[in-house]
Amino acid sequence: MKSIINSAILILLISGILLFINAKLNEGSKSGKGTVTVYNWGEYIDPDLIEQFEEETGIKVVYETFDSNEAMMSKIEQGGTSYDISVPSEYMVEMMSEKDLLLPIDYSQIPNIEHIDPYFLDLAFDPGNQYSIPYFWGTVGIAFNPTLLEGQTFESWDDLWDPSLKQQVILVDGARETVGMALNSLGHSLNSTDLGELREAIDKLKTLSPNVKAVIGDEVTQLMINNEAAVSLTWSGQAADMMYENEDIDFVVPNEGSNLWFDNFVIPKTAKNIEGAHAFINFMLDPEVAAQNADYVGYSTPNLSALDLMDPEVVEDERFYPDEETRSHLEVYKNLGLELLGVYNELFLEFKMDMR
Amino acid sequence: MNNNRLRSIYSIPYTAWILLFVLAPIALIVYYSFFDLTGNFTLSNYRNFFSSVYLTLTISSFWYAFLITFFSLLIAYPTAYLLTKTKHKHLWLLLIIIPSWINLLLKTYAFIGLMGLYGPLNAFLETIGIGKQQILFTDFSFVFVSVYIFIPFMILPIFNALDKLNPTLIDASRDLGANSWTTFRRVIWPLTINGVKSGIQVVFIPALSLFMITRLIAGNKVITLGTAIEQQFLVTQNWGMGSTIAVFLIVFMFIIMLVTNGKEKGASGNGTNR
Repeated sequence: MKSIINSAILILLISGILLFINAKLNEGSKSGKGTVTVYNWGEYIDPDLIEQFEEETGIKVVYETFDSNEAMMSKIEQGGTSYDISVPSEYMVEMMSEKDLLLPIDYSQIPNIEHIDPYFLDLAFDPGNQYSIPYFWGTVGIAFNPTLLEGQTFESWDDLWDPSLKQQVILVDGARETVGMALNSLGHSLNSTDLGELREAIDKLKTLSPNVKAVIGDEVTQLMINNEAAVSLTWSGQAADMMYENEDIDFVVPNEGSNLWFDNFVIPKTAKNIEGAHAFINFMLDPEVAAQNADYVGYSTPNLSALDLMDPEVVEDERFYPDEETRSHLEVYKNLGLELLGVYNELFLEFKMDMR
Repeated sequence: MNNNRLRSIYSIPYTAWILLFVLAPIALIVYYSFFDLTGNFTLSNYRNFFSSVYLTLTISSFWYAFLITFFSLLIAYPTAYLLTKTKHKHLWLLLIIIPSWINLLLKTYAFIGLMGLYGPLNAFLETIGIGKQQILFTDFSFVFVSVYIFIPFMILPIFNALDKLNPTLIDASRDLGANSWTTFRRVIWPLTINGVKSGIQVVFIPALSLFMITRLIAGNKVITLGTAIEQQFLVTQNWGMGSTIAVFLIVFMFIIMLVTNGKEKGASGNGTNR
């Protein structure tokens, strides 16, 4: 009995000390006048730039990360932490503005907006860029490793159905991406709301089953790098990560078209330091900063002036900076509403269960 | 009188715990299950559950949970029996329990490496001449990793039941002419059945709702009710449907508890049966 009490006291004591250290560490990082709290995806900014911003403006940056749009939104919805800046994807910008979670952007405080390619402004998900400014963009395509394949190329999505790829293809565990790919392969819009087209897409997807190795998330990057997998449906930036580590890997966006996505700066309703948030966004849009950041992160920047400062080899790489002709085949996800999102997911579930 | 008051004071933590952390959440889940996406009262979630997708899902969850429980039991019973016969049995038991202190996700990630095409398991298969196999993302890998994770929870109750078994009963059975199979079937098994039952409970019920392993190890080729709940809450944001699936999961759990607890004959371990 005595030893139980002793160990209980010990545990309480250790917990207390840890709590105290934690509180000490967090001291001064509370969002307030001199700080701006940034809520971004993981591995999505060059940390040197945060330091540079702090030095230039004297504003301290508190940096937190999330790994899914939905998790990010629910945290902002609940309040709790006063995030000054977040970086949702385009459909999430639409959803958040519908839910009245965003503050309008004051462009008089963001002169650097002039550097952004007009092609990426005033898009359907946020007309007039009232709430959002594009941060990075990219596509969805096929990453593949020719050394593990017998000469298979991927001009069309249908090439994934090739019998030689038995048990080789890795799909994304996301209904919009995978069902969207099937819709594209049939020549339909990946924002299809036609239940007949969706049914057709799922039936086609089911015929891909023999070729599917797995349906997973970010783990795919490691599998591709380690030559464990030969073909995968991925985002362009994720493919860039793979290619950085494994030079054999190549990336292609098939002809029928695909998804064009954007991650965007927004200022959520929870913001306390609105001026600081604007200063941070303006800083990140500076051509030199944007170029350095794009170089570090590996995704495509919408900053036209930054492109001139970057390695021409990267900027002219059609795989990551497709020309306007190719881009015209690409579609941005529309917010289909929760009801249709449910339909997409239920059909996707049906496909996953059919896989064995 | 004094005693009564003391007892009611003692019962406060228990009652508060049950109310706040057991009854209230269950009530909330049941409450949410009656609302659709737009927040209107509806029974459609329940109708939806009886569509072919969720029924197949339920059947496949039960099948895999059964496989996991069956293989866990198959390995755990002889292991527990062996442990009770060893000299330092509690030390050996501890060695089996220790891995369960390590984070589940870490162990799962370790298996991705072990079972990969260039992992040690495939290197072994290659040296003995079988050649490389796709191990990861198969039914085998899913059941194997799940059994590995659940085995300590199966061994523990069976070990306790076997440990409490009075050895003189086995001697008596032998003296009366029973061979070892009859002794096992008529004496040891009936006296340890309660340990087996609680082992089945602690394995089968969580196995029904496994979800991270289905993605990391089975590559979503195995889908359980847990996966569906996770998806409804995090992706589709359809809390109503997610709650409905959860309600059914709770109902299934109660049924399993009833089945495995029912019809106990006498007390366990003190030899009063028969």
